[in-house]
Amino acid sequence: MSTGKYVVVLVGLLLVPWVMAQELKPKLGQPLEKLPQLAIGPSGQGLPLGSGSVEEGAIIYRNQCLACHGPTGRMPGNALAGGIGSLDGASPNKTVGSFWPFATTLFDYIYRAMPYGREKTLRDEEIYAVTAYVLFLNDIVSEKTTLSASSLPEITMPNREGFQSVYQIEAVDRALKIQ
Amino acid sequence: MLPKNGLLNRRTFLAGSAGFLSTAVWASSQKDEPWRFTSGRRMSPYGAPSKYVGLERLQIGGHPLAPEAGASSTPLERLNGIITPNSLHFERHHSGVPDIDPSQHRLRIFGNVQRPVSFGYEDLQRYPLVSKVLFIECSGNSYANTLPTALDKSAGELNGLLSCAEWTGIPLRQLLEEAGYDPKSDWVVAEGADAAGMNRSVPLSLALEDAMIALYQNGEPLRAEQGFPMRLLVPGCEGNLSIKWLRSLEVRKNPAHTREETSKYTDLLKDGSANQFSLRMGVKSIITAPSGKMQLPDHGVYEITGLAWSGHGAVKTVEVSADGGRSWRAAEIQSEPGLYRPTRFRLPWRWEGQPAVLQSRAVDSSGNRQPTRSGALANAAPGFTYHYNGIQSWGVDQQGRVSNVYR
Repeated sequence: MSTGKYVVVLVGLLLVPWVMAQELKPKLGQPLEKLPQLAIGPSGQGLPLGSGSVEEGAIIYRNQCLACHGPTGRMPGNALAGGIGSLDGASPNKTVGSFWPFATTLFDYIYRAMPYGREKTLRDEEIYAVTAYVLFLNDIVSEKTTLSASSLPEITMPNREGFQSVYQIEAVDRALKIQ
Repeated sequence: MLPKNGLLNRRTFLAGSAGFLSTAVWASSQKDEPWRFTSGRRMSPYGAPSKYVGLERLQIGGHPLAPEAGASSTPLERLNGIITPNSLHFERHHSGVPDIDPSQHRLRIFGNVQRPVSFGYEDLQRYPLVSKVLFIECSGNSYANTLPTALDKSAGELNGLLSCAEWTGIPLRQLLEEAGYDPKSDWVVAEGADAAGMNRSVPLSLALEDAMIALYQNGEPLRAEQGFPMRLLVPGCEGNLSIKWLRSLEVRKNPAHTREETSKYTDLLKDGSANQFSLRMGVKSIITAPSGKMQLPDHGVYEITGLAWSGHGAVKTVEVSADGGRSWRAAEIQSEPGLYRPTRFRLPWRWEGQPAVLQSRAVDSSGNRQPTRSGALANAAPGFTYHYNGIQSWGVDQQGRVSNVYR
């Protein structure tokens, strides 16, 4: 038997259990009509329409965020601002400004998890506004800034290059060990 | 002859218990053992521990401004074997435990798929299920041992963000195939239905390899604290990845860089950079007895026992030292080793009042060795350290008091 025929037979044999398994699957998934919100990543894909300014964010922050995060976002334990340049020092201060690599994460997190105890009550414009204000507290944007789906992903965070993904390195290691 | 470190061969220990004293007690007083003379209580719909046991989770904490957000620990020093009873599985919640009606809950799969679909709780029960005994460890476990001073705490208080259960669920691959996932995508973002809506990017390779949608925990439906009606379970990886109250899975090309995988659960190094997606938990072992805050009642033979586990495979060997790491002896591995399955180890030890430092160190099937405390912290920046797996040391003083020490 030529190698070609052998491969055809082998693939055929392999397909038999696969076809049988296909038939045995319950397949109970219902078509999704309303797609859930995408997680907002660095590309900004899924960001909603609308916009919000630092000025509007300051008012929302005072009413809904200040109690836990402090007047300038520097409440210890819940700090949002400060610490830029501290990461390689004796007491690193990990905040949005000093540590977070992407500004889009701020939108995603405020959207889903803030304000604590009243989660998902902010309107899209309010989320943009609070995001802008927290970036302003870190001197990353000016007080005149308005953020929207197009401008938010354009922001470069100070610690943008501060992370290395070790999962990919490890995946290679694991592959070598299997061989 | 007894070795100086007191570590004994387990076979000798087991064989040495011959010669019973036979003291016949003819008439027993009813006062001493009253339960021998009257009927006990009736059957009950859902059992409870004996009132003499009184097991509880430890370190039930919460943020001062958000008491529902926090953690509680498994009392490792009071359990044996490898399974954590459901009532004692550690907890970590970011916005409390939601009270989810399963008839109103759906799991949605969307993003880079041919057919965005959703499944109800009852639908998922009809899929072929698999069961696996797996540990879950919070990547913040044992954080206290990274602090400059050793805290006088128990094994569970220090290391109890680790639990183990038999999890039963649907291999995630099946549901991703049904939705028609795009094989050119690399990530799946999982999201919880709790108020925190916690979300994590999971490598698609892990999702296809052995991740499951868990529905049962030690035989019963998941406890609410563990994600009822369903949770993601990514074996061997930091607990935060196994999203509880799982609501949606979005297949996508790139990770979302969510708050929990950037701001938290990343490893800041001394040079100011941070390791991200350090998902697999390192090989680790903990002596659970004798352990912190215990008091040895008298001189004699004790069994040193503990748990070992690895996110990189199965536990291969565990060694025990009674002299702070100068000499080591292989412990007996008692539970059948398996991928991401903890093992129970045991080794007899004779204590005659000598000061001792008890330690254990494990090696896994991928060849990883559990590091010393200083080895584990060598590259870590000061501050909050995740994924700490350094050797735990228990000091025993001449009075038999056991306490957490650094070596």
